[in-house]
Amino acid sequence: MSEVKQEAATVSYMEQLADASIQGQSPLFHADLATVAKSGPKTGGVTFKEEALMGHITLRLNAENADQLKAAEKALGVALPTQPLTSVEKGDVSVRWISPDEWLVIVPGLKTFEVESALHNELSGHYQVVNVSGGWTIYKLSGANVLDVLKKSTIVDVHPSVFPVGKVVSTAFAKSSAIIRRSGESEFELVVRRSFADYLWLWIQDASREFGLVVEA
Amino acid sequence: MFYIYCPYCGEHREEEEFHNHGQAHIERPKDPDSCTDEEWGNYMFFRKNPKGLHHEIWVHAAGCRKFFNVTRHTVTYEIKEVYKMGEQPKVVAE
Repeated sequence: MSEVKQEAATVSYMEQLADASIQGQSPLFHADLATVAKSGPKTGGVTFKEEALMGHITLRLNAENADQLKAAEKALGVALPTQPLTSVEKGDVSVRWISPDEWLVIVPGLKTFEVESALHNELSGHYQVVNVSGGWTIYKLSGANVLDVLKKSTIVDVHPSVFPVGKVVSTAFAKSSAIIRRSGESEFELVVRRSFADYLWLWIQDASREFGLVVEA
Repeated sequence: MFYIYCPYCGEHREEEEFHNHGQAHIERPKDPDSCTDEEWGNYMFFRKNPKGLHHEIWVHAAGCRKFFNVTRHTVTYEIKEVYKMGEQPKVVAE
C-alpha cells in the first residue's frame, strides 16, 4: 500500500456561460412565449411564465457538520433549510431542500459562477457543488385555478393545510418529475427537466384550457 | 396502492414515487474468497419469499432518493413499520 497523501483536494470548475455573441436559449425557446403572450388572452384562471436561464446549483454536504453549514451560509448569504421539505429565499437566491444531504440553489443565470466559486472557496471536507443549470428550467404557475391544474397533474396533496407557502416537494408531475414549491397562496414554481420542458408546456396548456391560460413572457 | 411514509421526508406519499428493491438486511460475506460455493450462492441468489412479515428495501425514487426499510405483511399488504437504513426492525416474525 502506498502512503496516502494528505493534500487539499482541488476542484476543477469553470465559467460555463458563453460570451454575449451567443444567444442563450431556454428549453422553451422554440415556443416563442413572447409572441404567445402578446397574441394570447390577457385574463384567465391560470398564468404561466417560464423563469428562463436561471442558474441551478446542486449542493451536497453533511447537514450534521456545523462547519459546513456555516460555510454554505457564508457563501450563499442565507442559511440552508435543514427541515425536510422547506425552502428559503433571500434576495435573488433561493434554496430548496431536496434530501437530508442535498439542496438545490437557484440564482440568476449570470450570477451562477460567482455563487459556485463562493461555495467552493468556503466549503471544505466532503462536499459537492455542481452547476446543473443546463438540465433544468422553471415554470411559474399562478392564478385562481392554479390548484385545479395541479390536482389534475400531480399526486401530492396541494391543499394549503398540508402544503403551506414555502414548502417544496420532489414528486411526479404529469408522468414526469418536478420539484414543486409553493411561492405564494396561489403561486407555484415547478423546477422541471429540460428534456421534459416541451412536453410539460403542452401538458399545462391542455390542463389549463378549461380555466383559460394567460402566458407571460 | 400503498401510501408510504418516507422517514427522510417525514410524510406519507403515493406508491408511485417509490420503488421496491427487494429483501432487506442481506449481508455480504466478509471474506468472499474463503466462502464455499453454497454460502456465496445463498448470498447472491437466494431470497426469502415469506407468507407473512417481510423486511424489504424501498427507495423514494421521485422524492428525496433515499433508501429505507419497510416491514410489510405479504398477505394483508399492511405496512407494519418503516425504518431508516442501518436500523433494525422492531416488528419481526414470531
